[in-house]
Amino acid sequence: MLLLSILLIPTVAGVASYLVRANSLRRAMWFIAAAAHLVLSVLAAMSPETSSLGDWIGLDALSAIFLVLTSTLFLGATVYGFGYLDREPVAPQPDSEDGSLIRNEPEPVFTGSILLLLATMSLAIVSRHLGLQWVAIEATTLASAPLIYFHRTRRSLEAAWKYLILCSVGIAMALLGIFFIVIAMQGEHRDLTLTALLQQANGLNHKWLSTAFLFMLVGYGTKMGLAPLHTWLPDAHSEAPSPVSALLSGALLNCAFLGILRVQQVCAAAGMAAFGGDLLVLFGLLSMGVAGVFILRQTDYKRMLAYSSVEHMGILAIGVGLGGLGLFGSFLHVVNHSLVKAMLFLTAGNLMARFHTKDTSKIQGVCRVLPISGVLWVAGFLAITGSPPFGTFISEFTILRATIEQGRWIVAGLYSLFLIVVFVGMSAIILKMALGKSQESRTRESWTTVVTPLVFAVIALTLGVYLPQPLLDKLNMAAQLLGGTAQ
Amino acid sequence: MDILSVLLILSCLFLLGSSRLHVAIRVVAAQGFLLGILPLVRSMPDITAGIWILSVSTIVSKGLVLPWLMRVCLRNSEIRREIEPFVGFGASLLCGTGLLALAVWVTTRMQLTQSETPAVLMISSFFLVFVGLFIMVTRRKAITQSLAYLVLENGVYGVGVGMSLEFPFVVELGILLDVFVGVFLMGNLLFHLDRQFEHMDADKLTELSDLSESAVAAREEIA
Repeated sequence: MLLLSILLIPTVAGVASYLVRANSLRRAMWFIAAAAHLVLSVLAAMSPETSSLGDWIGLDALSAIFLVLTSTLFLGATVYGFGYLDREPVAPQPDSEDGSLIRNEPEPVFTGSILLLLATMSLAIVSRHLGLQWVAIEATTLASAPLIYFHRTRRSLEAAWKYLILCSVGIAMALLGIFFIVIAMQGEHRDLTLTALLQQANGLNHKWLSTAFLFMLVGYGTKMGLAPLHTWLPDAHSEAPSPVSALLSGALLNCAFLGILRVQQVCAAAGMAAFGGDLLVLFGLLSMGVAGVFILRQTDYKRMLAYSSVEHMGILAIGVGLGGLGLFGSFLHVVNHSLVKAMLFLTAGNLMARFHTKDTSKIQGVCRVLPISGVLWVAGFLAITGSPPFGTFISEFTILRATIEQGRWIVAGLYSLFLIVVFVGMSAIILKMALGKSQESRTRESWTTVVTPLVFAVIALTLGVYLPQPLLDKLNMAAQLLGGTAQ
Repeated sequence: MDILSVLLILSCLFLLGSSRLHVAIRVVAAQGFLLGILPLVRSMPDITAGIWILSVSTIVSKGLVLPWLMRVCLRNSEIRREIEPFVGFGASLLCGTGLLALAVWVTTRMQLTQSETPAVLMISSFFLVFVGLFIMVTRRKAITQSLAYLVLENGVYGVGVGMSLEFPFVVELGILLDVFVGVFLMGNLLFHLDRQFEHMDADKLTELSDLSESAVAAREEIA
């Protein structure tokens, strides 16, 4: 029942949002749905076994982490979203970059799509049937495409088009991969639920399973933003409105990651963890490298954040690919990265609203003009680059430890090198923006624009010093699901 | 079944060789009809209600509604033809035969143990997938890209039918709905593309790239 309401509440609220005319009523619905979703998610995560609905929909430790995380981010984006929409003009206004007249998407479409995005993400997380999960992940693309096109500029249109085409094609490949899993079952009881797959994992044909893994890695990897399939990501994440960018980077990428994790889980149960693992490490290193290069020469701070997401997806893939200790590190990093990245995108939204540009060279002295956002901007930079005492430091270090324990020195070397490159690239951009003098006058910041990033920053900081026992248990259980070692 | 498969292959070759967009839309619509009939033929003589619903909704969505949407998009824009594709139409046809050979090779490599899997259907389905991908990367018009996506999805669907996957009904319907909404959204964006860029050339969408020179130039111009 819990899980059913988790799916139904945002769906109903989303559909209703398209129809409700009054802004206040629609926003109230949005907030109530987000808050109820979080409460129910936490309740479901505390008693995962009792809340499952047959073999198709259910929670395990892994999906419980993802569900609560997604829900937390969504509530944060909701609170921020109210302030954001208030600042957005209703009448047509000239575009800040190319001066053409633009009119935003109507607010009902925005609210409805964002709620449907929550519903589809929740379904992608709780579904334990590979086919159903595919349907849900493809549906997240469809729900989020209108959100990217919110500003109706030429650039956001281009971004939405590329996003829709590339991700749809990629995900079609994942469906072929799922078909191959059926062949791998060799005419046994053809049941694509995770439970059934894990039970008969030993009987799976290895050749077909590896083909299936490859297709699903390419398919969901496109959606997750692993290089070289990431090309749509910087466009989409930088052109979307900031609360949406926060959700895309912080929550949606995780859903695609979960799709890969599920097939890796099946591979691990079939004794093929190393095959998938090596591929994941390869894609992961490539993503980190590509992201590093593009961050170094970046002139647009939202694109910089988007490339940083590519980098962190690479880190996640490496952690899972290594297995063992790496799994724990990777899942902890999912939590840390989502919170920090969401916080950074929301802060970037504050900068956008004040300075009206995404060009890093045109912004200086953020700390003076916007004192709270300025501090958040610098803190976010330290957190995202894995500096102590933030939680990201622990998770990135855990993955490094895993490489060293396994004696994979080349991986360890490249991994550290790319982390340093990104640190250097981002510090040059962010510190220059944050410090210095500005002609702009100091502005008072309203609480809706800073409360969410502040809360996320505090959580990310806390996780670096203290891991609560329930979260630690869940992380350990999740790592063990894929054959990892407990921490 | 074999006839249907051969018709699917022919429709793809037609698509590769033709420059006229409204013909292409008609061909894709015909594919939708063929695919809608496929599961009926496949599971003869015992056709369940689920299969009927699926067939009819496939025909209505892929054979009627989506092609209609594409036609409306086409009518609103000035374009009629695909001009100067990256690979010429004759060369495309030649590549098409190569892709067909590839599809045959893939199917034989699969060594499907289930004898009930019809080889011709598998070949034509993989051919559809390859042709979809090929058209996606070699043609310029955004509208052709959405048609290519439909062809690709048709191919994936064909592979599913060929393996007689017996996906649960809900999942089948979900997949169909996803594809339908996806192409519908693409059609919607096509309207805006036409209005904002005054063209529908996907290869000219380069304002956002980090690599291309034109993007840098465009940004400097604005600055």
